[in-house]
Amino acid sequence: MTASASTDSDTSQHAVTSDPPPSPPPPGQKRGGAGDRAVTSVSHVVLGLWALLVIIPLLWTLLSSFKTSSEIFSSPFSLPATWSFDNYVSAWTSEGIGRYFLNTVVVVGTALVLVMLLGSMCAYVLARFSFPGNRLIYYLMLVGLTFPIFLAIVPLFFVLKGFGILNTLPGLIITYVAFALPFTVFFLYPFFRVLPQDVAEAAEIDGAGEWRKFFQVMLPMAKPGIASVAIFNFLGLWNQFLLPVALNTNRDNYVLSQGMAAFASRAGYNTDYGRLFAAVVITIVPVLIVYVIFQRQLQGSVSQGASK
Amino acid sequence: MIEAPLVPPADTEKSLPRKKSRRPWTFDRISFVLVFLVLPLAIFSVFVVWPFVQAFWYSLTDWSGFTPDMNFIGLENYQKLLQDDIFMTALRNNVILAIVVPFVTVVLAFALATMITVGGSTYGATRGLKGSSFYRVISFFPYTIPAIVIGLIWLQMFDPSNGLLNGILTGIGLDGFDSYPWLGDARTAMPASIFVIIWGFVGFYMVLFVAAIKSVPGELYDAARIDGAGRFRTAFSVTLPLIRDNVQTAYIYLGILALDAFVYMVALNPGGGPENSTLVMPQRLLVTAFEKGQFGLASAMGVVMAVATMAFAAIVFTVNRLVGGRPEGVRR
Repeated sequence: MTASASTDSDTSQHAVTSDPPPSPPPPGQKRGGAGDRAVTSVSHVVLGLWALLVIIPLLWTLLSSFKTSSEIFSSPFSLPATWSFDNYVSAWTSEGIGRYFLNTVVVVGTALVLVMLLGSMCAYVLARFSFPGNRLIYYLMLVGLTFPIFLAIVPLFFVLKGFGILNTLPGLIITYVAFALPFTVFFLYPFFRVLPQDVAEAAEIDGAGEWRKFFQVMLPMAKPGIASVAIFNFLGLWNQFLLPVALNTNRDNYVLSQGMAAFASRAGYNTDYGRLFAAVVITIVPVLIVYVIFQRQLQGSVSQGASK
Repeated sequence: MIEAPLVPPADTEKSLPRKKSRRPWTFDRISFVLVFLVLPLAIFSVFVVWPFVQAFWYSLTDWSGFTPDMNFIGLENYQKLLQDDIFMTALRNNVILAIVVPFVTVVLAFALATMITVGGSTYGATRGLKGSSFYRVISFFPYTIPAIVIGLIWLQMFDPSNGLLNGILTGIGLDGFDSYPWLGDARTAMPASIFVIIWGFVGFYMVLFVAAIKSVPGELYDAARIDGAGRFRTAFSVTLPLIRDNVQTAYIYLGILALDAFVYMVALNPGGGPENSTLVMPQRLLVTAFEKGQFGLASAMGVVMAVATMAFAAIVFTVNRLVGGRPEGVRR
């Protein structure tokens, strides 16, 4: 399924982007040909410049992560005298990046599974059952999607305190789930809505209950939608900064994003920039690798998100 | 294969599968409703809806957060905000961001996407640029990096003495930039911060526009070309109207982001920047709430942010409709 999808988009890619060079222009169109080449060259220059603007800071960060602080202070261009992973080791252990990383994996992983499960269940019910209040819930989700989290942050602090889960990972997880829920429901809703009704009816005739109908028939059919919403939820939760900063202030429970911020503000005094650069690389690389591997599928999901 | 089933027909409203509850309330159905609807809604209500409702209420009180005393003071908090120069500066900065960031990002992303998709030769079928996948993959990189880390990378890039930017500028002979504090000078702090935000988002919206442009039937471009439309004409008169809804979505998302911008500003200038030139409302809100203990006032700031966001979305919808977009509601 995935493989065929990727080859599909592969071929369409080729059709649009990497055709063989056009054959020499017919005689009557020579002037257009020159103009064409000019536009094509300008496009390549502009896109190339943008690509450089993106890639140079990243490469420079990678380079600097191998330098010592004194090397960083001497020149932004110099190469490290020795290519050692000392900065990485000390960032991972003594600066606590390893611990933050682990916390993030636990929090984002658990929240992602929960929100995808709850979100698809809720979207399924809203999309395929009519009951009083259905539209109201749908619009409530929409409002929850557009309101800034900042508005909720102060009361949320006290809600979590009331439940006794302030400054704990479970508290952070359930907050992540709650705030990712509107997005998940809103974007999965159309997927469940267009699933064919006759398949559901066939399952009913075969005696499947509501639970089995959802997990064995409807959920598998909505897989493409779930995959793309899951990707966006992952990036969103991985990126989340405000919720942990306000609601998860115990240093042992820090997630990566807030750990990085804390580290950077400390590095301002300790001036161990080599470690800071190493920590940045540790944060970027896993997601970047996953992205490069799955970039075709991801770009597919961007287009789906766009069409909503 | 992945894309085909995903675009919902716009008129499913009528074909909504009607469930007649003629079947008995078995354990299966009761547990189903409880887990599938009540559980998610309970979490959503307790952790999202309830805090939002409370925030509106708190914004009308003088609650400090640490004592149970809470007096209803009407709109006094809002009056205080109007007289609070620092908050008004933050509001103004957010408005500047909301004007500049979406516009520049969308224009840049649209231009790059156009170059990638239809920038190739105009002979034969309309085609994109060779090697465009390379540009697309690279441009998307920043979107996979957490915003706080983007901020930290550029904080180092902008560093007056050790940063790469000043290194390059002095390297090519512009000695005036030696030790120039990009983020420490009130004239450049905001533009530099805006650049960082745009850097982080152009690639994502470029990919989004590329996908949208690819869904436009190629015949339309061929027809435009036969009619003698140039490249710019084609981009503005054919492409832009056809991907109008994508542009609107992008604009609103970027606007919401720019009316926040908290993460970037915290990374680049934690204290609000020189002369508060990069201070944004969320920074002020957090200080007011958790350092000064003025939770009522902080909630009022949150309400102002929410109102600004709604107003921004309303403006974008209205402008899109005025320039000929389909009325909202046709597409959900």
